[in-house]
Amino acid sequence: MNILVCVKRVPATAGKITLTADEQAIDTRYLGFTVSPHEECAVEEAVRIVEAQGGTSTVLTLGPEEATDQLREAMAVGIDRAMLLQTDGGEWDAVATAGAIVDAIRAREAVDGPYDLVLLGNEAADTGDYQVGVRVAVALDRPAVTGAKGLEVRDDAVVARREAASGGWEVYEIPRPAVVTVKEGINLPRYPSVPGRLRARKKEIERVTLDPAAASPARIRLRVPVEKESAVEILGEGPEAAPRVVEVFRRLGLIA
Amino acid sequence: MILVLIEHEAGMPDRLSSEALTMGRRLAEATGSPLHAMAWGDGAAAGAGPLRGAGVAVLHTIEDPRLTDYAPEAIGKGLAQLIERERPLAVIGGGSDRAVELMAHVGARTGLPLAANSTDVRPGEPWQVTRQRWGGSLLEEARLDGPIRLLTVAAHAVEPAAMTLAGAASPAEVRPFAPDLTDGDLRVRITSRVPAEAGKISLADARVVVGGGRGVGSAEGFAELDELAALLGGTVGVSRVVTSAGWRPHAQQVGQTGTRIAPDLYIACGISGAIQHMVGARSAKAILAINTDRDAPMVTRATYAVIGDLHTVLPAIISAVREAR
Ligand SMILES: Cc1cc2nc3c(=O)[nH]c(=O)nc-3n(C[C@H](O)[C@H](O)[C@H](O)COP(=O)(O)OP(=O)(O)OC[C@H]3O[C@@H](n4cnc5c(N)ncnc54)[C@H](O)[C@@H]3O)c2cc1C
Ligand SMILES: Nc1ncnc2c1ncn2[C@@H]1O[C@H](COP(=O)(O)O)[C@@H](O)[C@H]1O
Repeated sequence: MNILVCVKRVPATAGKITLTADEQAIDTRYLGFTVSPHEECAVEEAVRIVEAQGGTSTVLTLGPEEATDQLREAMAVGIDRAMLLQTDGGEWDAVATAGAIVDAIRAREAVDGPYDLVLLGNEAADTGDYQVGVRVAVALDRPAVTGAKGLEVRDDAVVARREAASGGWEVYEIPRPAVVTVKEGINLPRYPSVPGRLRARKKEIERVTLDPAAASPARIRLRVPVEKESAVEILGEGPEAAPRVVEVFRRLGLIA
Repeated sequence: MILVLIEHEAGMPDRLSSEALTMGRRLAEATGSPLHAMAWGDGAAAGAGPLRGAGVAVLHTIEDPRLTDYAPEAIGKGLAQLIERERPLAVIGGGSDRAVELMAHVGARTGLPLAANSTDVRPGEPWQVTRQRWGGSLLEEARLDGPIRLLTVAAHAVEPAAMTLAGAASPAEVRPFAPDLTDGDLRVRITSRVPAEAGKISLADARVVVGGGRGVGSAEGFAELDELAALLGGTVGVSRVVTSAGWRPHAQQVGQTGTRIAPDLYIACGISGAIQHMVGARSAKAILAINTDRDAPMVTRATYAVIGDLHTVLPAIISAVREAR
C-alpha cells in the first residue's frame, strides 16, 4: 500500500489577523505555522492505513524551504517519507498547485509504481479553494471522493463516507488507485512522541525546485471584514449574575 | 450569457442555489446578457416555471439515463461539455458541498481557474471578484481573468432575492442536453446511504447552543453544559481544543473545520473566541460569554457576558432557571 498525503503550510492565526502594510499578506512576524486540521487528519489516516496494511506513506508539500517543518511534523507522527516542491514563497493558485503536484506524482510513480491512494484536505486553511484534490484526480484520471469523514481501503476498492446535506451519510465505493479529500472528524490525530520527533529530524527530504508561477485569480488586496460593533453588556461576576442571565433567557423567549 | 448551476427539489431551487441565482441575475443585468440555468436529476425541467420568476430565460437540463443519483465525475463532465459549447461569460455555483465539488470538476475539465466562496463580482476591465479566505475571516479582492469566469458563491453571503410567481405563466425555455459520457465516468457515485439518527437536535439548526471550550477542563466537566442545554431545549457545541482532547466528538465542533451554527443564543463557556471558532458562530443572533477573562475575544464580541468560573456560574444559572419555572 503506497499512500501520498498533501499538506500546506499556513500561519497559525489566533485571536485576530493583522495584515502587512501593502495588504498582500498576513503579517506573520509573531505567528507560528501549521497545516489545516483536515490535513492533520489526512496524515493520521495515511499512518493508520499503512500501520494496518503495510506499505509506505509519503507527505508532500508545495511551499518555501520553511515548509520542511510541516513535513517533519508529519514524519514525527509516523509518515515514512517526505517531498518538498520548493517555491520562493510566493502565492500559488489552485491550477498551478495541482499541476505541480501531478508532475511530482507522475515522476515518483515512474520509479516506485502507483500510489494506491492520494489523500488531501477537503480545503486548505488559508485559500479554502476546495479544488486542488479534484484537479489532481481529473489530471491523473483517477476517481475522487471529496469531504470524506470515513474511509476503508480494500484490495480492489476504496469506500468513503461523507455527510449528506440533509443529515446521514452518503457512501461511495470507488476503484483503486483513487484520490480522497478528507475532513476533520474522520479520526482523532495522535500527538507526536519525543522519539518520533527525533527520528523525523534525521530523515531525508526529497526536493524539487519550482519556477515562480503567476496566480489566477490574481490578488489585488486582502482586507479584514468589518465587524458589527457590539457593546457587550456585562451581566455580573460569578454566581450572583444568575438572576440577570435568567432575565436574558426570558427576554429572548427561551423560558416562559 | 451568464449560467447558474441549480440544485433543486423537484425543480424548485434550494436556498444556496437561490443565492447563486441572485448573484447571476445581478451579473446578467450588469453585463446586459441573458441569464441561463443548468440542472440535472429527476424533475429538473419542472424548474422552468419558478426559474422564469428568477429571471432565467433558458434552462439546460443534463439528460442521461445513467444519472439516476449523484455522480460528481459524470455530472461535472457533462456540465463542462455544456459550458464549452455555450461559452458563457461566467458560470456560478452555490455554496453547497455538491455545487462546489461539481464546479471543481468543471474547472479541472476546462482548465479554467475557479474563484470559490465569492461574495461579490464586478464585471469590467478586468473583472474583479471578492472572495472569502480563511473560512471568511479575511476577504480578498482579486482580478478574474479568462474567457469564462467560474465562481461559487459563499454560503449565506448573498441575500437571495424573492422569485416572483408571475413567471410561472411563461416558463423558461427548457433545452435538454445529452452529454457524451462513458460508463467509466460513472465510477464515482453514491453506492449506499446511511440515514440520519432520528430525534437528535442538529447543531446547525439548534435554537440554543451551549458551547464549551478548554475552560471546561475535562470530559466530566461537561455535565453542567449538558444539563443547561437540556433545560433550554438546545444542544452542546465545543471548540477544537475539546475535540482534540477527546472530551467530545468532532460532530459537536463549532468553527471553520467544524459546524457553522445560527442559534438565537450561543452560550459560550470557557471559549476564548479564536477567529477559526468565531467564523462558525458568526450567524448566532446573540452570544452570552461565560469566561474568567474579561478581555477574551469571545467576551468583547459577545452581546452579554458573565465574568467568572463557569463551574460556579453554570450551577447557579441552572438552579435559577429551575426556580423560574
Ligand atoms: C486552520 C485552523 C482551523 C481551526 N478550526 C477550528 C474550529 O473549527 N473550531 C475551533 O473551535 N477551533 C478551531 N481552530 C483552533 C483555534 O485556533 C483555537 O485554538 C481554539 O478555538 C481554542 O479553543 P478554546 O477557546 O477552547 O481554548 P483557549 O483558546 O485555550 O481558551 C480557553 C478560554 O477559557 C477561559 N477559561 C479558562 N478557565 C475557565 C473557567 N474555569 N471558567 C470560565 N472560563 C475559563 C480562558 O479565559 C480562555 O478564554 C482552528 C485552528 C486552525 C489553525
Ligand atoms: N501548497 C500546497 N502543498 C501541498 N498540498 C496542497 C497545497 N495547496 C493545497 N494543497 C492540498 O489541497 C487541499 C485543498 O486545497 P484548496 O483546493 O486550495 O482548498 C489542501 O487541503 C491540501 O491537502
